[in-house]
Amino acid sequence: MASDGSALHLVLTADPALFAIVRLSLLVSISAVLFAAMIGVPAGALLALTRFPGREVLIVILNALMGLPPVVVGLAIFLLLSRSGPLGSWGLLFTPQAMVIAQTVLVAPIIAALTRQTIEDLWVEYRDELAAMNVGPARRVMTLIWDARFSLVTALLAGFGRAAAEVGAIIIVGGNIAGFTRTMTTAIALETSKGDLPLAIGLGIVLIFIVVLINALAWGMRRVGERYAG
Amino acid sequence: MRAATSDLPLTLVEAGIVAGDVTILDRITLTITAGPPTILIGPNGSGKTTLLRAAMGLVSLSSGRITWGDRDAEAPAKTAITFQRPIMLRRTVAANLRYALAAANFPRAKREERTTELLTLVGLDGLDDRPARRLSGGEQQRLALARALARNPAVLFLDEPTASLDPYTTKAIEDLVRLVSARSVKVVMSTHDIGEAKRLAGDIVLLHRGRLIENTPAKEFFANPQTEEARKFIAGELLV
Repeated sequence: MASDGSALHLVLTADPALFAIVRLSLLVSISAVLFAAMIGVPAGALLALTRFPGREVLIVILNALMGLPPVVVGLAIFLLLSRSGPLGSWGLLFTPQAMVIAQTVLVAPIIAALTRQTIEDLWVEYRDELAAMNVGPARRVMTLIWDARFSLVTALLAGFGRAAAEVGAIIIVGGNIAGFTRTMTTAIALETSKGDLPLAIGLGIVLIFIVVLINALAWGMRRVGERYAG
Repeated sequence: MRAATSDLPLTLVEAGIVAGDVTILDRITLTITAGPPTILIGPNGSGKTTLLRAAMGLVSLSSGRITWGDRDAEAPAKTAITFQRPIMLRRTVAANLRYALAAANFPRAKREERTTELLTLVGLDGLDDRPARRLSGGEQQRLALARALARNPAVLFLDEPTASLDPYTTKAIEDLVRLVSARSVKVVMSTHDIGEAKRLAGDIVLLHRGRLIENTPAKEFFANPQTEEARKFIAGELLV
């Protein structure tokens, strides 16, 4: 990657190394959000609709997990995946897959907690109508998730924001290996420490642009969906 | 729609509901039989909504029992209810109806046809693709009524369906109530509008502070009220 170009030059000339970093960053963060959604949405819905001893404590813990320190998650995943760790035989340490796992752990509580709140609020609103229509538990869960879909997009965006901005966990489990596990945030951290500010700034511009673009797309989808479905 | 069956009469025996220190329904004994609409009247907080919900099986009694067709049983499947402030699912008008039909296990192949029939019946034809939440209050009530009718009920509970509606929309709802009732669906409806009660009722149930004050045929109720509360209510005096 040209380290002597200006930030704008790197972006405008579509520097291949820069875009490889961008591509990996998106792949890791979007994969993590998808996996976290597969875990977090059903878990959040289940927590919203069931009552059991200790539920309140679980909700407090889940809410607290939204603020998990990335470096702690990185350390925990590192210990799990390191050669002497329980999952060391998988050989995933310092790979993009390890980064996806770490970000999934970070994002899943955010999606689960926001889903829980969204579904619980909708359930309060829908409870009588669904009971009057004699809707069974399985259809009830599907109805609530479907009807909350536009609000749940916000939960996914919050998760994506967390993943895209995160550096502490993936630098520990990914190792910031050039061309293999180097993402925008780890590269920014590295290049800043090396004093290559143009590249760091270039990556920063791209990162912010992508985050804004994805949020704008999601917002547009939400507005269109609400217009046609309410 | 089908005729009312052996699920009637609906009988409440010493039915009571207490929440903390507050008595919401105070040992009400009441029999509702097939025929023209039964109208529950009384001021706000008299227990009308709670009685309808209890009959529908949405709230449990603290004491007493409810029987259907002289059997101790849960509310039968062929009942439906609309609420004073109906909640529209975040879908289109037609999708709200299709959902109700699916929940009632209506055959999938006939849902579209039935959706069109019901929308026409309640006067919402042409609004199929409109988001249900964007409908006016009166239109939402009519969609709620269509959703309830999707269950093909023998007994239909309506909780103040015309509250806060203008006279034109009120008339549309009342016409629907007459139409449904003429098709042998037993309508049990609450209102605090004495004029509406006069226009629709076959028999009247007057509630006040959770107690049953009178339960008589409508003509008798309005011609010869038996209690002071009934006389005040008919005269338009404040019943507090």
